[in-house]
Amino acid sequence: MATEKMQKHETQTAITMKKQSQLKEIWRRYKKNRLAMIGLISMLVLIVLVLAADLIEPYEVCITMNLREKLLPPSAEHLFGTDGYGRDILARCLHGGRVSLFIGFTCSIVSMFFGAIFGMIAGYYGDPLDNIIMRIMDVLSAIPNILLALAIVAALGSSIFNLIMALTISHIPGFARVVRSSVLGITGQEYIEAARAGGTGDARILRKHILPNALGPLIVQTTMSVSSMILAAASMSFLGLGVNPPQPEWGSIISEAREFLRTNPTMILFPGICIILASLSMNLIGDGLRDALDPRLKS
Amino acid sequence: MYRYVIKRLLLMIPVVLGVSFVIFSILAMVPGDPASMILGAGVTQEEVDQLNHELGYDRPFLVRYFSYLYDAIFHFDFGTSYATRQEVFPEVMAKAPISFAIAMNAIIFAGVVGIPIGVLSAVKQYSLLDTIPTFIALFLAAAPAFWVGMLLMILFSLKLGWLPTGGVETWKGYVLPMLALGLMYAAQQLRFTRSSMLETIRQDYIRTARAKGAAERTVIWKHAMKNALMPVITIIGVNFGGLLGGAIVTETLFSIPGLGTYIVNGIKQKDVPVVMAGTMCLAVMFAGIMLCVDLLYAFVDPRIKAKYSGRRG
Repeated sequence: MATEKMQKHETQTAITMKKQSQLKEIWRRYKKNRLAMIGLISMLVLIVLVLAADLIEPYEVCITMNLREKLLPPSAEHLFGTDGYGRDILARCLHGGRVSLFIGFTCSIVSMFFGAIFGMIAGYYGDPLDNIIMRIMDVLSAIPNILLALAIVAALGSSIFNLIMALTISHIPGFARVVRSSVLGITGQEYIEAARAGGTGDARILRKHILPNALGPLIVQTTMSVSSMILAAASMSFLGLGVNPPQPEWGSIISEAREFLRTNPTMILFPGICIILASLSMNLIGDGLRDALDPRLKS
Repeated sequence: MYRYVIKRLLLMIPVVLGVSFVIFSILAMVPGDPASMILGAGVTQEEVDQLNHELGYDRPFLVRYFSYLYDAIFHFDFGTSYATRQEVFPEVMAKAPISFAIAMNAIIFAGVVGIPIGVLSAVKQYSLLDTIPTFIALFLAAAPAFWVGMLLMILFSLKLGWLPTGGVETWKGYVLPMLALGLMYAAQQLRFTRSSMLETIRQDYIRTARAKGAAERTVIWKHAMKNALMPVITIIGVNFGGLLGGAIVTETLFSIPGLGTYIVNGIKQKDVPVVMAGTMCLAVMFAGIMLCVDLLYAFVDPRIKAKYSGRRG
């Protein structure tokens, strides 16, 4: 008994050590990629800034109208200038960033979660489940993402929650496809057969053997999708079907500046730069992770 | 080969039907009933019920769906708009070419600009011809299309006055939407072509071609290009869906009377038949393009051709 326990303990430490060293190895490879590091740092700076938004400018500042100070150019007092209602654009960008980034990350993670479940079931159990799930995914992906999201928001009304749900649903098929194809590759491997022969249950095989091996492409896809989610949310706000005013969101700040394009063209500059910075950073991080997770792909 | 074409055509049918069911179900959840939308305020409940009955709205969901489908397929009757009482089908048919033109312009622009520069970047890797375009593409791929569109509008319409800020009365109206939408896809196309090309020029058969003394120009444009462009074709098709979505945004920005503005206005007015028909039209367009891309792929890729023209038919 005692030796058995000790052995188990030993294998467990070995596994943790291996896990640690693998993470370390990935980080070591990631660190070498200069662009990826720039992306990571700028994303972290953005996150810190939007989290500290209340310390820099209270939320009231970005929703309270002050018509006497409207349409001011950038100055020391209002670094990014003010909008058509006299609201400080810097404050709106900071608080809007909270919403944009929150939507970006939440949608990506939730649709990754569902996509992974559907993809794993389809890839592991094969037909008929595979056929049913993937045909549904085919149908969903035959509707352009924005369009599907628009229809869902039309049906449920515009709110942040509905927007998140709409964007999440429209992005699930992409994830399901990625996971399914990597699971298909893994399920054919001998170690899965060995696990099955050893009497391991399906749930455990999926969790312990298949998921960890399919994780790489999934993480990369999730990272990249944060950037497309931020862009999609901005587009939805631009169409007037995203976040409800007066709450700011990067897309809605740009959208509100539209009527002042002729007189105050600089108004769209800063929220646009925020979006580019966030989505560029996530793309760079995604590129870096792809190279770090799978050194074979490194060009 | 024709077997493959027919097979792909038949596969399109269930997808389009599925799309119609999904959209119909989602729109069935839109609050409110058609009669209240049409009649507006100031009518009795009886009148509302009466009209709802005439429209068949009081029937069960599935019955409504199949009767919609029946009318749509056999009579090209997609219903009438709640707001304007106009038949939806002719309107959609009138607006579809505009949206299609915008999307096609953007895709052609993206291909014409993105692919050659992508090849050039890969061939001259790490030179200025590589780093500068790649750097610009990195930013363009991360910028929202409507924001880029606004910047272009400020520069070319408001400051320089060369192009109109909206409408498509003349060809000039198509230029800015094409750029707004196309620049982003050109950037993606460039990145994708570059990485595909980089992968290809490391292959053994390229080294063989070089070793046999083929001129560098022949190696790149004949041996490498053909193979590197395969995945690029797929990406063009896949991107088309996003492009149609982007066209909705671009149309709104440049106030172009295409399907996009039609659908968005329909959504804002809760005009279900308008949204349904517009969405179906975009979905069919998307499916059609995917089909064309697949067929193109089959014609270009001898492996697929062989698979279907071999003994299996």
